[in-house]
Formats: sequence, C-alpha cells, structure tokens
Amino acid sequence: MDVEILSRIQFAFTIAFHYIYPPLSIGLGVLLVIMEGMYLKTGNKLYEQMTKFWVKIFALTFAMGVASGIVMEFEFGTNWATYSRFVGDVFGSALAAEGIFAFFLESGFLAVLVFGWNKVSPKMHFFSTIMVSFGSMLSAVWIVVANSWQQTPAGYHIVGEGINARAEITDFWEMVFNPSSMERLSHVLSGAWLAGAFLVLSVSAYYLLRNKHIEFAKSSFKIALGLALFASLFQLFTGHKSAVGISKTQPAKLAAFEAHSDSSGVGDLYLFGWVNDQQQEVKLGFKIPGMLSYLVHGDSKKPLTGLNAFKPEDRPPVNIVFQSYHIMVAIGFGLIALSLIGIYMLWRGKLFEKRWLLWIFVFSVLGPQIANQLGWISAEVGRQPWIVYNLLRTSEALSKVVTANQVWFSLILFTLVYFLLFILFIYLLNEKIKHGPEGAENIPSEYEHQKAALERN
Amino acid sequence: MEFQFDLNTIWFMLIGVLLTGYAILDGFDLGVGALHLFVKDDLERRIMINSIGPVWDGNEVWLVTGGGALFAAFPHVYATVFSGFYIALILLLFGLIFRAIAIEFRSKQPMKWWRQMWDVAFSVSSILIALLMGVALGNIITGIPIDAEKEFAGNFFTLISPYTLLVGITTVALFMMHGSIYVVMKTEGELQKKIRSWVNNNIIFFVICYVTTTMYTLIYYPHMVQHFKDAPWLFIIAVLNMLAIANIPREIFHGRDFRAFLSSCASIVALLALFAVGLFPNIVLSNPNPEYSLTIYNAASSQKTLNIMLIVAIIGIPFVLAYTVSIYWIFRGKVKIDTMSY
Repeated sequence: MDVEILSRIQFAFTIAFHYIYPPLSIGLGVLLVIMEGMYLKTGNKLYEQMTKFWVKIFALTFAMGVASGIVMEFEFGTNWATYSRFVGDVFGSALAAEGIFAFFLESGFLAVLVFGWNKVSPKMHFFSTIMVSFGSMLSAVWIVVANSWQQTPAGYHIVGEGINARAEITDFWEMVFNPSSMERLSHVLSGAWLAGAFLVLSVSAYYLLRNKHIEFAKSSFKIALGLALFASLFQLFTGHKSAVGISKTQPAKLAAFEAHSDSSGVGDLYLFGWVNDQQQEVKLGFKIPGMLSYLVHGDSKKPLTGLNAFKPEDRPPVNIVFQSYHIMVAIGFGLIALSLIGIYMLWRGKLFEKRWLLWIFVFSVLGPQIANQLGWISAEVGRQPWIVYNLLRTSEALSKVVTANQVWFSLILFTLVYFLLFILFIYLLNEKIKHGPEGAENIPSEYEHQKAALERN
Repeated sequence: MEFQFDLNTIWFMLIGVLLTGYAILDGFDLGVGALHLFVKDDLERRIMINSIGPVWDGNEVWLVTGGGALFAAFPHVYATVFSGFYIALILLLFGLIFRAIAIEFRSKQPMKWWRQMWDVAFSVSSILIALLMGVALGNIITGIPIDAEKEFAGNFFTLISPYTLLVGITTVALFMMHGSIYVVMKTEGELQKKIRSWVNNNIIFFVICYVTTTMYTLIYYPHMVQHFKDAPWLFIIAVLNMLAIANIPREIFHGRDFRAFLSSCASIVALLALFAVGLFPNIVLSNPNPEYSLTIYNAASSQKTLNIMLIVAIIGIPFVLAYTVSIYWIFRGKVKIDTMSY
C-alpha cells in the first residue's frame, strides 16, 4: 500500500476513534447542568448523587477525548503537510481559536467540576459545570467551522501558483459563517446531545432492570429522555436543513447520498438499496419517486443535479456514502420513535414496568454512536476526491517527505494502542456502572479508608 | 538583521510565550512524573499524582494551543517540522496519550500490578516527552537539512546527535528540578522531607547538564550568540538566568518553597528567552543551506491572518490568565486525597 492510502486509513481510524468520546462529553455536559441545577433549586440530595456519579463518567470520556484529540491536532502536520501549507492561513486560525477560547475554558473549569466539590461554594461549582459544558460546545463550534470551510470554502482567496498556492483569509466572519457551518454545527451538536442522553438512558434502564439504585435511575432516565426527545426531533430538522444546503453547495455529495446519476431526471428517495459503483446504479432498492426533488425544491417534478454532471474523477465513491447516509437516517428515525414511545409510556405511568422497552433502551446507546460515525463518513467521503472542496485534492495534500514505512509504523502503533485504550475504557466504564452512585447503601470505598489513614498520620 | 517590531515578530514572541507557559506549567508536572518511581509507597505516589491532578490537563492545553498558533501563524514551520520529525512526533504523541491515560486510570483499581503498570507508564512517558521536546529544541539550534521547497531532507537519525541528546537530557534535568520544588510546595510530613532532600541533587544535576550544553553551544553553534554580541545589553538575560538558578537552593534552605518555585519559573523563562533571542528571526535553521531557513517572514501566514489572530489573542489571553490564576488559587495548599481524587 502507498502513503496515500495508509495516511487515509490512519486519519479515518484516529478520527473515528476520537469521535467516540467528545459527543459523549458534550451530551453528558448538558445533562450535568440540568442535574446540578435541579440540585441547587430543590436541595434534593438525589440530584447531588446523580451529578456526582455522572461527573465521574464524564471525566472518563473527557480524558479519552483529550488523549485521542491531541493526535488529531498533530496529524494534520505529520501526514498532511501539503494540506497544512495550503490551509494554514484559514484552518489554523480556527484551530488556534479553539485552543484559546475553548480548551482553556474546559480544562480550567473541569478541574473545579471534578475536584472542587469541597473547594468552592455550590454556586461556584454549578457555574463551573455550566462553563465546562459551554466550553465543550465551543470547541465543537470551532472545529466544525474549520471542517465546514473545507466543505464550502468562503471568505478566502488563492495566492501563489502551483506548489506555492495557498488559501488566505479575506473576510474572517465570512470564513466562520461559511454556507454550511451553522447547519452542520447544529446537526453535530444535536448528535452529541443524543450520544449523552442515550448513554444515561442505557445505564439507567440497566439499573432498573437489575432492580438497583431505583430512585437514582428513574430520575436520571426522565431527565435524559427529555433531552433525547428534543435532540432527536431537532436532529431531523437540522438534517433536512443540511441536506437542502448540500444540494446547493455540494451537489455531487447529495447525488451520492441517493445515488442520483441523471441530471435531467427527478431525484428519487431510496429507503434502502445497493449501489453498483461501476455503473452507479441502485440495485435491489426501494424508492419513493421524485421525493428527493420534493424535499430539495418543494416540487417532485423538478430535475436535480446528478452524478453525471461531474467528471468521473470528481465523483465520490457512491455506495459507501449511500449506505452510511441511509443507515444514519434510519437510526435517526429509530431514535425519534424510541423517544416518543418512552415519553408515551412515561405519561401512561407504565414505562418502568415494560422490561422489553427497557432492554431496547439498554442497547440504544449504540444508536447515536453509530449514527454519528456514519454521518461523518457521509460528510467526509461524500466530499472526496477533494480535501478542500473544489480547491485541493486529497491525493495532492500529503506530506511529501513521509514514507510508507513510517506510516505503517504509526498506523500499527495506533491500532494496538487504541485497541488497548478502548478495552480499558469499556472495562472502567463497566466498573463504574457496576459500582453505581455513591450513596447511603454503599459501604465506604477504598479511597475513604485511605483518606482516613492519611488523616491519622 | 534589522529588528522590526511587526506582526511577524509579535507572533514569534506570542508563540514563545505559549511555549514558555507550557514549559513552566507542564514542566513541573512532567518533572513530577520523572520523579514518580523514586517514591515507593502507594499513598505517597497517589499524593504525587494528585499534586498535579487538577492542573495537568490545563497545562497541556498550552502545548495544544501553541501547536494551533504555530499552524495558524507559521504554517510552513508546522508542516515542515511535523512531517519531517514524523517518527519523533508519533513517539511524542504516544507519550502524551499514555501519560494522560496513566494519570486517569492508575488509581481506579486497587490491584498492585495494575497500579505498578500505570506508575511505570506515567513516569516513562513523562521522561520520554521531556526528552523528545529537548531533542527537538536541540535540532532547532543545530539546524536541520531543509530543501528549496521548504521540505525536511533528512531522516529520523539526522535528528539524533550527541548535542541534541544532551539538550534532551538537560530538559529532563530542568523539569526534574522544577517538579521536585513543586512537590515540596504541595506536600507535607515525611514525603515533603524526603523530596526536599532531593531538590539540591536535582539542582546539581541540572547545573552540570546546563553548563555542558552551554559550552557545547558556544563552541560548536556560535550563531546562537550573534545577537548577544551585537546588542550586549541582552547579556542581562544570561545574568538573570544565573541569579534565578542560584536563588533556588537559597530559598529552599530557608524553607521558602513558593519563592524557590518562582525562581525556578524565572530560570525557565530566562533560558527560553536566551534560546529565542539566539534564534530570531529564524524559526527553523536550515543546515547546511542557511538560505533555506524558515524565518518569521517566509514561513508566515498573511498579514491579514496574523492581524486577525492577534485580535483573537488579545481577547483570549485575559481569559486564559484568569482561568489559570483562579485554578491555581482554588487548588492552593497541600494535597488532600478524597473520593474524587485520582
């Protein structure tokens, strides 16, 4: 394998691994704000117990996010140096803004959130929780802005020619509010809220099924279910907005989503299908004729730009984009249905008796995770062959001095280490879930014994 | 070279400030990591880790932001160095990953083998990170082969030389000294007494490394002193550096640990200032073809972007300082272990 394919695999692998964690942190962050806010308002110890338990889970996902996130920042330079030279003026600015505005905020207040329970007043602690949650969303803002600029470049001009060509900012705000950034940001954030909400739903449902920490689990479940319902519906809205935006800004990507090849024909909407990448035709599919045209133009008779409007070398690989997009959408509808059923059962007062439904919630944690990953695959693979849409090809963005052997070395290391980290993460998450919240029924932990021992000395 | 106080110079200084902030802050927690295995008792090791518990993550943000700022202000430096130092950078990343995970995971399980494993990971990765940073710094001083296309023209072994290794070891020694003073400040009782007795040894180790590095630099890399010859008043930095280092044992002797720590911080600032003055206006020297060096002009982003980023920095920096000061204020005093500790 050559440097290009190895670097592509390495970037895809490391970013996919990284993206397991930040959505969990963002989603849990919102729930922590709600839980601790309830505690301050009502003074009910149950909410304090909830906040403390979920803070521990939050700290674990946050640490994993930090550890795997540093890799991303360095990897632009290590493997994609030509890209870095080309976009540094624009993309680097967003990355640096992320560091200075978001990372310092998050890491500073995270210390208070996790370690500051006895160091600051409850109000100051609550303020820190809000700031951590705000900071985690702010970092999503800057990184999504940077990525959106790659999808729909704006506010720049190209200076220099050939190998010396690069993009330079002409208008900072036009770059920040590029055509796709706000739609994509809202879509990414609600995906993150779903990830956090369904983690809490899953763990709470598990406790209820096991008859453990009942009050704790019921309260957590209700709060998370509220967020899940809101986020899943909001996700439908932002997803639709995004798709309509893509039809204008990246028509080749939208065409790949639905494997729509003929520009003179109307766009059909497939419920499922399998695309033959050679002919770029859908086999074994089920479609609603004209539906895509209707969704985009409000007119099912109006033709839609298809893949044949683009030269073969300017088209993304269709089947992988088609599949990931369709499974993502299907999961999205599944999550809406699950949230609605949950709310309905809660209203009927039967939610916590329906064991089959609780079991579905236990496994539902995988839903947002898979959908988030597939969404990014649709977005990033759908942008191919470009790394910066219509400006720079991925194949021309590599580091010139890095050899295949070097990338083999790093790729093998990343694979081994991330595999180990993932096992450790699941193991510790499982331990924390089994241990459950600290409460009256829990015997003093080993830490408290040590603390007592320390104080005796 | 005529000195001009323009945007490029400001960004050279701002990135210097970020990396100096990183060296001061993460420097002590890397130092704590380097000393970690010398402390044998489990509870004492927990105290070591928890002395940096609330702050290490924030300290590392200085590096992350420094990297981001380098990408934004001097993309050619970011691209050339990161792709050229590929293997070294990957090793550094694994050091950073393992260190973060070791701190987070170590005390989550009571098994002896579990804690031993993460203790070793924490300490080895801390030393590795400090060493690699120093080696990178050493290569910036010696210069690296760069071609006309601004690409690195060497390999991993080009980066390893007696001099660069020496700078690496000096960095480890510096952080061990810095870290030991920090631990003295944050602990009490037997543990504090033990670490206090190590401080002087650490100072001696550092001074030996430092003097050797300085002689080596003066003899073989005299380009680093050209600005000091041209503007003799800059020698003040070297004097301040020496005074700061000399002041550390004095303050430790009098039991004024916080002032010893400040002295140690001051010596790091002075050291990096010496380095920056020597390097200016180059960022990465090309050796053997100095005309291909990456400078603050030929490696920079556009004036427009440097200007925008300066506004971002001016808005952001007061916040950053406020967070940093508040966190250190909230977590001032001796380490106490509780249920939320590492």
